[in-house]
Amino acid sequence: MSTPPLLTIEGLTKAYPGVVANDHVSFTIGTGEVHALLGENGAGKSTLVKMIYGLVKPDSGRMTLRGAPYEPAEPRAARADGIAMVFQHFSLFDALNVAENIALGMENPPPLRDLAARIREVSETYGLPLDPFRTVGDLSAGERQRVEIIRCLLQDPKLLIMDEPTSVLTPQEVQILFQTLRKLKSEGTSILYISHKLEEIRALCDHATILRLGKNVGECIPAETSARDMAELMVGTALKTPERGVREFGDVALDISGLSVPAPSAFGTALKNVHLTVRRGEILGIGGVAGNGQDELLSVMSGEVTCARDAVKFDGAPIGHMGPTARRALGVLTAPEERLGHAAAPDMSLTENALLTGSVREGLERNGFLKWGATRAFAEKIIQAFDVRTPGPDNAARSLSGGNLQKFVIGREVLQRPEVLVVNQPTWGVDAAAAASIRQALLDLAAGGAAVICISQDLDELMEISDNFAALNEGRLSAPRPTAELTVDEIGLMMGGAHGMEVAHV
Amino acid sequence: MDLSAINPVLLIASLMVAATPLLLAAIGELVVEKAGVLNLGVEGMMITGAIAGFAAAVESGSPLMGFVAAAGAGALLSLLFVVLSQIALANQVASGLALTLFGLGLSALMGQKYVGVKPPAMGRIDIPVLSDLPVLGRILFSHDIVLYFGIALTAVVWAVLKYSRIGLILRAVGENHEAAHALGYKVVKIRTLAILFGGACAGLGGAYISLIRVPQWTEGMTAGVGWIALALVVFASWKPWRALLGAYLFGGITVLQLNLQAAGVAIPVEYLAMSPYLITILVLVILSADKSNAPASLGRSFHASR
Repeated sequence: MSTPPLLTIEGLTKAYPGVVANDHVSFTIGTGEVHALLGENGAGKSTLVKMIYGLVKPDSGRMTLRGAPYEPAEPRAARADGIAMVFQHFSLFDALNVAENIALGMENPPPLRDLAARIREVSETYGLPLDPFRTVGDLSAGERQRVEIIRCLLQDPKLLIMDEPTSVLTPQEVQILFQTLRKLKSEGTSILYISHKLEEIRALCDHATILRLGKNVGECIPAETSARDMAELMVGTALKTPERGVREFGDVALDISGLSVPAPSAFGTALKNVHLTVRRGEILGIGGVAGNGQDELLSVMSGEVTCARDAVKFDGAPIGHMGPTARRALGVLTAPEERLGHAAAPDMSLTENALLTGSVREGLERNGFLKWGATRAFAEKIIQAFDVRTPGPDNAARSLSGGNLQKFVIGREVLQRPEVLVVNQPTWGVDAAAAASIRQALLDLAAGGAAVICISQDLDELMEISDNFAALNEGRLSAPRPTAELTVDEIGLMMGGAHGMEVAHV
Repeated sequence: MDLSAINPVLLIASLMVAATPLLLAAIGELVVEKAGVLNLGVEGMMITGAIAGFAAAVESGSPLMGFVAAAGAGALLSLLFVVLSQIALANQVASGLALTLFGLGLSALMGQKYVGVKPPAMGRIDIPVLSDLPVLGRILFSHDIVLYFGIALTAVVWAVLKYSRIGLILRAVGENHEAAHALGYKVVKIRTLAILFGGACAGLGGAYISLIRVPQWTEGMTAGVGWIALALVVFASWKPWRALLGAYLFGGITVLQLNLQAAGVAIPVEYLAMSPYLITILVLVILSADKSNAPASLGRSFHASR
């Protein structure tokens, strides 16, 4: 390694009851180096960075920072040693303003007025403009991330840890973030970058450490390694990419025209004059940054929010006024984004959860009485067909890992033979192998003659499976365009560009 | 009917006295809820404070000692809530209700030999010149010290929540305890301190009833003031000055309707008796129409591993 080491990690081990999260992990981060940490969900990336940030104590192993032993007892100590972290799920307080949020992450914050001036100064320097007195609850996801980054930068960090920073950004915002990170690197700041977006890692990082099931399974120079090789190191087996057969498009199955719905809550988004049609056999991909109307659009299609009769049509018949059960009876099924609490009831068993959406189409009740035997068989069928890893259908939905529950939730709808299936973020937080199988299931469903709408923030996923692509931006839906003709730049523009970000004044 | 029997100066002076127990309990609960904890045990802590303060004042002969003991007793009882809700992670609603029932029973037991006893009187402050002013002197400058303490506490709580770092951390914990934990703040410790503060305030409020407002000891004498305090915090949108306004409004109408009853107004007593509740809630509902800003983590249990 050309640069002197900043942080050396040797044999770090952390076990939780029943699972070893990290098993003798070792690597070194150089000064001014962008180091990637790669791995599937559950590979132990989060536990590892929590140990570096002082949130979790390692069972054994050693860390050395600038040649001295480093054992942070709490985040405060880590921050004092120049380590800052941008969290995957932002650790922000919605009801507080930007300056207050930043003050909370600092050891000895200056008075609020001085702090506001410094926030303005630093945010301008790094091309991340921010108004210190805006309430965080009103900010977009990209702006919220700026708050987190500036909170870190104000502490003048030597090592910046970023956990999945780009999952909520448009491509243009990602470019601006990368410019900021490169500027930081040129100033000698080291960055530990966690992601499973391989192309980003190839574009940004100098060095990568790959974790699988808590173990360090390899290192590479991302720029010299293909994305496929890295993915296979992560998964441990050869990767199967979903195959899209040649499909014939049939008649229009779902037709939404001139749909406007007011925002359901203060932090929600109103849908404005949305038009879309999807034919049998077609997969329509809907992209956009989170919070631009995805949840609202899904709830209009599921029937959770009803609208004018003619605004939503299924096979030419108006269904806008129908609730979810009536739509399910017709074959319009949905799988929402939030797994725990929306798609599944966390404390109910998988059997009970199978019943909740399956009772209508699978005939799981008679005269108000439930057929538990048939329901259990249906749940077992889902578990088997979608390779859900669980001891059995009597386990609570909460006990499954995110990826496994996602497979269950998607499988539950797919196995009900939908005419139209609407999914929101079908592979969010799911590892590469499970994501591939979910995408394959969606493709197979379309090949069987169903119309599929896939709402997602993962552009690679939409490019991979959808025939047409449209983007949601502030509640408006762009005109759909064939995916094959689109470039990443065009998609970015459809998603609303960079939301007023500017390039860093390097 | 003889409305001229109502002396407006005395009316205002006595409404401030009537409002103070409510204000003290509400300010304490406001801080607790700002930290994200819903403690429904206010009534129990108040009545425990009422008897503990009463007993301590009678035994020591000093009303001030009584208030100190009341604050201590309220905090001590709230420690039970800390154990249940913060350490054992029990449901906060159930724990709070248990605390109220426990406090009511405990106070009845403690108070058996104090029924009919007269407590030592709390002196009023006497500021030369100011206290002798006509009208204003009687209304503003000749109360007991605890009443002023209640108003000062409102100001301090407001300023601390709005301007100080500890206030910011407290609000952050109530807003998003996971994020606060990730930033390295001790969520359980901060909440414990807030709950103890709330308990001490409720105890003070209870002792104010038994030592100054009434002053004597009868079983169940707080008569629902703790519940009004809980409602007041919500309707005041978690803002200290609005809680003060609501407490004074409630106290004012309580005193006024008693005066009207005495004056023989031709409105049935039952309507007069319910009027403080109705009017206070109505006014505060209108005031809180702007937007609800309940702390986002209110009532949710926190454990570091989740």
